[in-house]
Amino acid sequence: MARLQGALDRITRVRGVRGAMLVGGDDGLVIAESLMAGVRGNAVAALSASLVKKLRRAAVAAGAGLPKFLHLQGERGTLLAVPAPHGIVVVVIADADVNVGLARLEMMRAAENLI
Amino acid sequence: MSETRAVEAWTLEPLRRFVAEAGARLALLTTPSGQVIAQHGFTRAVDVMAAAALGSAIAASTAELCRMLKEPEFRSLNHQGVEHGVYLARCDTPRGPLLLLAVYDSDSSPGLVQLFFEELARALAASCPPKASEPKVLAEDFERELTASLNALFGR
Repeated sequence: MARLQGALDRITRVRGVRGAMLVGGDDGLVIAESLMAGVRGNAVAALSASLVKKLRRAAVAAGAGLPKFLHLQGERGTLLAVPAPHGIVVVVIADADVNVGLARLEMMRAAENLI
Repeated sequence: MSETRAVEAWTLEPLRRFVAEAGARLALLTTPSGQVIAQHGFTRAVDVMAAAALGSAIAASTAELCRMLKEPEFRSLNHQGVEHGVYLARCDTPRGPLLLLAVYDSDSSPGLVQLFFEELARALAASCPPKASEPKVLAEDFERELTASLNALFGR
């Protein structure tokens, strides 16, 4: 558990990241989280896992293969997701102007550490 | 397409929204004693009555476990199968507690069902009319009232 928490803490050190979570891809439940106050972790986890599941189907149907990185840009923020081994999804909630490349790098590292 | 139907009209819209958002295949709203308030997705009255009785029995069993563990209460119970999952949870309304029994498949998830159950509980508490004085239930009225409830639940 400390290893998982450490991986999340590294992601949240990226400027503009408001929270990071490891979410069960099948059940949409939170496995570990590091969130700023005011972020509805359970809601984001359930909806992100559902989104990743649907986008996976869309990507496979489109012949693009399994998705590696999802970037959803909203008016006031950003949602990032990386499907990781063992059916886990690394989810990040961030400000609109977050350094997506750096956040993605830390998310990929966290996903690799789950192996 | 399955319809949502209710004996108590104030439960209809919150349950419709829950079914749409959570992606539940079947949903049944009952009192803790198993009296059916609203349903979605059931096509036979006998299935509604069986599900209501089983949901009520599970809730009673877990309440007894709570008592033995000195827990105040269990809020929800989830059984995850290969194809389907069953979610049973209790919420409070001004008219007393209600039970939701929801069946979902792989298009949904326990997280989604749990999330939208919380919204359902809030919507039910907000839309519940004030408690009226309970009419006395007479044995001779029982069958007529049961038939009227089933007719409302299946649109007959």
